[in-house]
Amino acid sequence: MTATTKTPPSQDSRTAPTSTTTSKVSALLADRRLPVLVTAALFLAMYIAGLGRYQNYGFNEPQVFLNLFIDNGYLLVAAVGATFVILSGGIDLSVGSVIGFTTMFTAWMVERQGLPILLVIPMALAVGAFGGFLMGYVIQNFEIQPFIVTLAGLFLFRGLCLVISKESIAIGDETVSSLAQTQAQLGIGFLSIGAIVALVVLAVAFYVLHYTRFGRRVYAIGGNEQSAMLMGLPQGGTKIAVYTVSGFCSALAGLLFTLYIQSGDPLHATGMELDAIAAVVIGGTLLTGGSGYVLGTLFGVLVLGLIKSIIQFEGTLSSWWTKIATGVLLCAFILIQRAMTARKQT
Amino acid sequence: MTTPSAATTATTSRWRALTHHHLFWPVAVLVALLLVNVPFTPDFFSIRMTDGHLYGSLVSIVLFGSPLILVAVGMTLVIATGGIDLSVGAVVAITGALTCSYISDQADQSALAGVFLAMGIGLVAAVVCGLWNGFLVARMGIQPIIATLIIMVAGRGVAQLITDGQIITINSEPYKLIGGGYWLTLPFSIFVVAVVVAVTVLLTRRTALGLLVESVGGNAEASRLVGIRSRRIKIMVYVFCALCAGIAGLMISSNTSAADGNNAGLWIELDAILAVVIGGTSLLGGRFSIGGTVIGALVIQTLTTTIYTIGVPTQTNLVFKAAVVIVVCLLQSPKFRAKVFGARFGSKPGATGGGTSPAAPAKTVTTPAEAAPKMEVS
Repeated sequence: MTATTKTPPSQDSRTAPTSTTTSKVSALLADRRLPVLVTAALFLAMYIAGLGRYQNYGFNEPQVFLNLFIDNGYLLVAAVGATFVILSGGIDLSVGSVIGFTTMFTAWMVERQGLPILLVIPMALAVGAFGGFLMGYVIQNFEIQPFIVTLAGLFLFRGLCLVISKESIAIGDETVSSLAQTQAQLGIGFLSIGAIVALVVLAVAFYVLHYTRFGRRVYAIGGNEQSAMLMGLPQGGTKIAVYTVSGFCSALAGLLFTLYIQSGDPLHATGMELDAIAAVVIGGTLLTGGSGYVLGTLFGVLVLGLIKSIIQFEGTLSSWWTKIATGVLLCAFILIQRAMTARKQT
Repeated sequence: MTTPSAATTATTSRWRALTHHHLFWPVAVLVALLLVNVPFTPDFFSIRMTDGHLYGSLVSIVLFGSPLILVAVGMTLVIATGGIDLSVGAVVAITGALTCSYISDQADQSALAGVFLAMGIGLVAAVVCGLWNGFLVARMGIQPIIATLIIMVAGRGVAQLITDGQIITINSEPYKLIGGGYWLTLPFSIFVVAVVVAVTVLLTRRTALGLLVESVGGNAEASRLVGIRSRRIKIMVYVFCALCAGIAGLMISSNTSAADGNNAGLWIELDAILAVVIGGTSLLGGRFSIGGTVIGALVIQTLTTTIYTIGVPTQTNLVFKAAVVIVVCLLQSPKFRAKVFGARFGSKPGATGGGTSPAAPAKTVTTPAEAAPKMEVS
């Protein structure tokens, strides 16, 4: 959140309200950091409530907190990619399929073709990034809506999964297992490789979005594509790059998911694009583009992960409560966003 | 597949009028797909009578395509207002789950009163979902894709909650009729679809309703200023769309005699949007074609059937679908047509009839090879 000064300014363009109380309220509502703060507060509140309720079941152990990163690392990476696309005012529906395809591709290459995992990793990343590039190219050059193009991507990659194999492929490769089991000790607990990669991706995305020219272009074309174009920004290239980033992140998330689950399955990660989009929205990024923070996405993922852990700790609740809780949260945050944008227009 | 070269070389005005009819390309694709089947299944077009029921590939295509047609017709009106409804799949699941769980609780599952009440409950739930979507979009001003995402995510959870995570199976003769029964030698669902489509076409093309919907899709604010209650129209189309999805939900659960909260109507929203796009309705709103949508849905169902009949491994189904989406969308893109077929062809009003619509700016392209920034200011 150190990057507030770097984002396109809008706070100072507000009209001055009459009374001081309404000015405070509207200043609060117009603050772009508000949704992130709300999400962070919600996460904290949920965590504290969990501490109170499940203290005797080991919820207070630091490892429970670290497990949020271990169990949701792949989602974090996918959601970071989705953040780029959504900030630019687009949408990527192919995320889940690309993840599923990457698990399948990796498992097939390692188990059936006998290639070393270290060779397969760059190949998988290249395939994902190239898929994203193609989608971005079509979106940009033929002016077809991102929704439809990435929908075609969804079908294509899910279909390719099934072309590779209808059955799931278990990975017994020793290098993969040892990678999956590697733990980084932190004193209070440990993190898996997947969690560390996810945090690195988050840090890189944070830097790119808030401290580089590319990041500013993403915000600019998300804020108003027409103006960005008139200003002379290379909006076409940026758009294509954004989808390439998303494809790359999806493939990376797929690799992390493969490590996490140690198998490839044509049905892996079905519908995960919705989880990623939900995480981005709950993290406070405006779906119309141009406003939001990638740190918010982190909190979005953590909140979704915490819902899952709480449901596990609760024991009696069934898994479908996750979906309902996600939907309710999504709704609440969309309404908060709406209240904010409505303020800005007045 | 069909002959694009014939279309370009033909000069008679009649041929031109035909090829520029908004249903030409969808129908051409459908006919081509149907013909592809003939070498593999010589009796593809034959329809035979068995046990007083008509059987044949064409009947099956319509029968299995029925839920998709229903959902796509509802989706067409939503898209015509410039919106989109992602929640239809979840609504299908909720309706099926409620109806089946109510029927399964009855002592006599075949009692007509109970079945009608169950269907009523299911459809009311669908309407409530539609009202919620419409409220968020029209009253709260939330982007449709996001507003309907809420029920898309939460709806399946609700459906599983209703069925308690189980697949509820029922055994009800009257209920079985809707999705799997026959009436007057034809599948009953064909009649349901025919009624819904006919009512929709009558309401939108014989009254001003269709015009109002298009006007709202063209420019909601301008419509409001000239005195159209655009909010009410928007809410109405979301309710209608959810109702169509609800009927499709009844059909799907009736056909399988079971409610599956997790898989019923899975991805039907995507197929429905695809059907609408193939049918020539622009995703930007402002105009629509119910006939095109019905043909679009039939194209998708025929594609699925074709993949089965010509012996392509079923798992490549999705790859084919992706290819069709891309081809159809590219053909509809004025920019693509301009680049591939030359500026003259690209600047003509296309399948969307979009000469005046915002979807078809139809610019002449200066540097086709360049992917770099283009300063085209419209």
